[in-house]
Amino acid sequence: MSSPAPKSPELSDKSKKYDRQIRLWGEHGQTLLEAATVCLVNVTAVGCETAKGLVLPGIGGFTVADGSTVKEEDLGNNFFLDASYIGKSKALACKQLLQELNPDVNGDYVDESVDYLLENRPNFFDSFDLVIASNLNEKTMLLLSNRLWESNVPLLYCRSLGMMGTIRLQIREHCIVEAHPDNPQFDLRLDQPFHALQEHLNSTEVTSKVPWLLVLFKYLRIWQKEQPDGHKAPNNYKEKNQLREVIRKEMKADEENHEEAIKAVNTAFGAGTVPSALKAIFEDEACELLTKKSNIFWIMAKALKSFLIHDNNGNLPLPGVLPDMTANTDSYIALQNIYRQQALQDADQVYHKCQDYLKQLSLPPDTIDERSVRLFCREAAGLTVMRGTRIAEEYERNSRLLPLMEENEVQDNLTAYNFALRAYERFLSECGHIPGECTAEQDIGRLKTIAGKMLGDLGTHATISDDVLHEICRYGGAELHAVSAFIGGCAAQEVIKIVTKQYKPIDNTFIYNAVSTESVTLKL
Amino acid sequence: MTVPSPNPALGLHSKRWNGLRHILEREGPFCKDDFTASADNLDFLQTKSKVLIIGAGGLGCELLKDLALMGFGNLHVIDMDTIELSNLNRQFLFRRTDIGASKAECAARFINGRVPTCRVTPHFKKIQDFDESFYQQFHLIVCGLDSIVARRWINGMLLSMLRYEDDGTIDASSIVPMIDGGTEGFKGNARVILPGFTACIECTLDLFPPQVNYPLCTIANTPRLPEHCVEYVKLIQWDKESPFGVPLDGDDPQHIGWIYERAVERANEFNISGITYRLVQGVIKHIIPAVASTNAVIAAACALEVFKMATSCYDSMSNYLNFNDLDGIYTYTYEAEKSEGCLACSNKPQLLPIEDANTTTLEDVIKLLCDSPRFQLKSPALTTVMKDGKQRTLYMSTVKSIEEATRKNLTQSLGELGLQDGQQLTVTDPTSPTAMTLQLKYQANEVEMS
Repeated sequence: MSSPAPKSPELSDKSKKYDRQIRLWGEHGQTLLEAATVCLVNVTAVGCETAKGLVLPGIGGFTVADGSTVKEEDLGNNFFLDASYIGKSKALACKQLLQELNPDVNGDYVDESVDYLLENRPNFFDSFDLVIASNLNEKTMLLLSNRLWESNVPLLYCRSLGMMGTIRLQIREHCIVEAHPDNPQFDLRLDQPFHALQEHLNSTEVTSKVPWLLVLFKYLRIWQKEQPDGHKAPNNYKEKNQLREVIRKEMKADEENHEEAIKAVNTAFGAGTVPSALKAIFEDEACELLTKKSNIFWIMAKALKSFLIHDNNGNLPLPGVLPDMTANTDSYIALQNIYRQQALQDADQVYHKCQDYLKQLSLPPDTIDERSVRLFCREAAGLTVMRGTRIAEEYERNSRLLPLMEENEVQDNLTAYNFALRAYERFLSECGHIPGECTAEQDIGRLKTIAGKMLGDLGTHATISDDVLHEICRYGGAELHAVSAFIGGCAAQEVIKIVTKQYKPIDNTFIYNAVSTESVTLKL
Repeated sequence: MTVPSPNPALGLHSKRWNGLRHILEREGPFCKDDFTASADNLDFLQTKSKVLIIGAGGLGCELLKDLALMGFGNLHVIDMDTIELSNLNRQFLFRRTDIGASKAECAARFINGRVPTCRVTPHFKKIQDFDESFYQQFHLIVCGLDSIVARRWINGMLLSMLRYEDDGTIDASSIVPMIDGGTEGFKGNARVILPGFTACIECTLDLFPPQVNYPLCTIANTPRLPEHCVEYVKLIQWDKESPFGVPLDGDDPQHIGWIYERAVERANEFNISGITYRLVQGVIKHIIPAVASTNAVIAAACALEVFKMATSCYDSMSNYLNFNDLDGIYTYTYEAEKSEGCLACSNKPQLLPIEDANTTTLEDVIKLLCDSPRFQLKSPALTTVMKDGKQRTLYMSTVKSIEEATRKNLTQSLGELGLQDGQQLTVTDPTSPTAMTLQLKYQANEVEMS
């Protein structure tokens, strides 16, 4: 009677261990994570907490770079050092205790300072997918960030001081296919049904058993006939209400699909057009001018653009995903298949265009596979390219920080802290000791002078309040574990976003104040 | 009960705490008004404070580490669970060789080994195994739970510990603050609860996402999604075919394998695609996705609030933090409001409006208590005192003989049961350690007495 039972596939051991995260970024995301290697510059609590958040989910490998030795005061905030390592290499100690978390991960270390590496092994960082650095002085931070910008290696720079923390992402270009929007809109094309859908809709009788989509389409056509200007979908509250009324008038009691159609009026229309982020991608020079070295994202983007213009009336390829709708099984599955088929057809056309470009560029056909193109097409509405800025630019006159500082009062406090932390780093470079190391009061004046000069150099007379500078000096360089754990957790996820090319990373500076439990993200 | 402090000499006089001491021994412009900078603050954390952590899972492991390194010397942790393979991607105090062992014990052992200034005492138990006298010994309680029922239970416990003065005000010494964290995928929240003073778990019950339930008729007659097929096998085929002669166990790979195979058959029959082993497991076990990073962030936010409250160095967060790092990093802090009609913390009987006592059955009342967002009870038992002064159990599902004896009441109306306007019902439920009082409020005027 029943068909032969399929054998239950046993999940691999690794797949079981990482199950809870694979549910979020998929097997393909996990594969990218396991292929990535990062460098951890400077062993701090915030650096180690970031690394912990990468070692646990199974990043491919990490290398710790630090030239100092473990001291007793390091034990108070760093979980990945212990008393048995006092006097020994910090890089070695934290490499061992981090690697102990997960035997799948390759750990390595270099017991040299970042200054030494920049000076003597300038190409040291080039092979990493990303560098994580934290709590440096200004001079070293700028040297490192400039070096990495030139090598096109993304940098995540974290600060954790007292109750304050920041994360700055420096990346030249980042292309995201799967943005995973929180509330995805279904793209149904009711206002411009494609041929197969049109046929299906015409040939199917609307009963109380069919999906609401068919109900909505039927009444949409009635509504359309009443529109003097001939437009095809309701796009304001009044028009949507009219359409709801049209359905309600004809509805019999207990027609669940009609109820659902009324509810769906609000969200069923409007998808399928090109959002502004995608328009920018199409107009980007990288999309216009493909080269042999182009990221496959740009080859697929150009193919997508050509498909839109030449083959699809300016519409996006159909994602082919339907929401669940109350209906009998056959009518739902039939409708679902029509959408899926069209999505496959659209993606297939884009795939062939990709192959044409590959040929023109003399690249092998397997550079782009069908699966990637299907994913790319399904996610077309959410495609995003981020273009980052150099950290060093923030120290130049054209800084984007100043308007932000004066515009917004709520953000003002957090912006001020970001500046104060920069002044703190310059203090480290210029004075050679930590502000407030011995007493807080003594260094406030000096920090204020440095902050004033820093702001003056940027062309503003704005000042940072004495209270903020006092608070910074009061910390005396203290890194608090819980603040580092907060920032480290956030930073680890940003690294995962970058290596998996899923979800949107910060653009580009996150500032957190643990006193007020507030945060803000600024584009600097 | 005194617990020997770990090793105060090691903690207080070494350079280990140099950083923390700057924060605790210096005045600052943003410190709380009643903060006194002094060496006593660290001494309090190391030798006097006592904090309970509930849950040694994703949040619990992080909380233990965070609090140990924020200077706390005496921590207790409760967890009834044992370690599984799928925990290892985030519960960083456990290794492969620990699978099957107690989470609480394993986590305590790891922290005690790594951080010699902290002593963690594990309790391999359920929270319901302890009474008031246990919970009273702590200065603060932090929750890292994945169960809403457990959260509600501990919330009820802390509320029941409140003592009131004659004028109705709360005796401050009876308050044990609760810091609660929760995560799901890339989202999380942290909150501070001062029982009796600020919004409690029950005040904001509607913040919990509703559980996904597929209608039975869809599952049985018109399946459309792979999930519908899995639910069908779980709810109908399993009992009918009883393949292993035992109840379904989501942790038994043989059971999941059988469900997978039957679900694929059913899906094929209806031309439904998309059944995978992972999906089957997710539906059967109600798996919530989880990553290391979100747990780290939320636990850290909770630990900071514990630190602020224990040392008075800064004002506590008021009182609810939302976190989400799906798109950039987003946080939002706001003050959740105490609900006047809160069943748990309002300290007065809540009214239960009844439209018509002659048509509303006891079953309707129970359904209302389970389904309404305000109550969300699980399996309420109802007792009352009748006009003649006799105690009467109206319904109780947990004890088989009583269930059988009271089942007939379910179909009777409140009028038929002789319940009157203004009558008080005593309700007990797994979501609370104490009984709640509901007062019937009839809207219709006349009640026919049977």
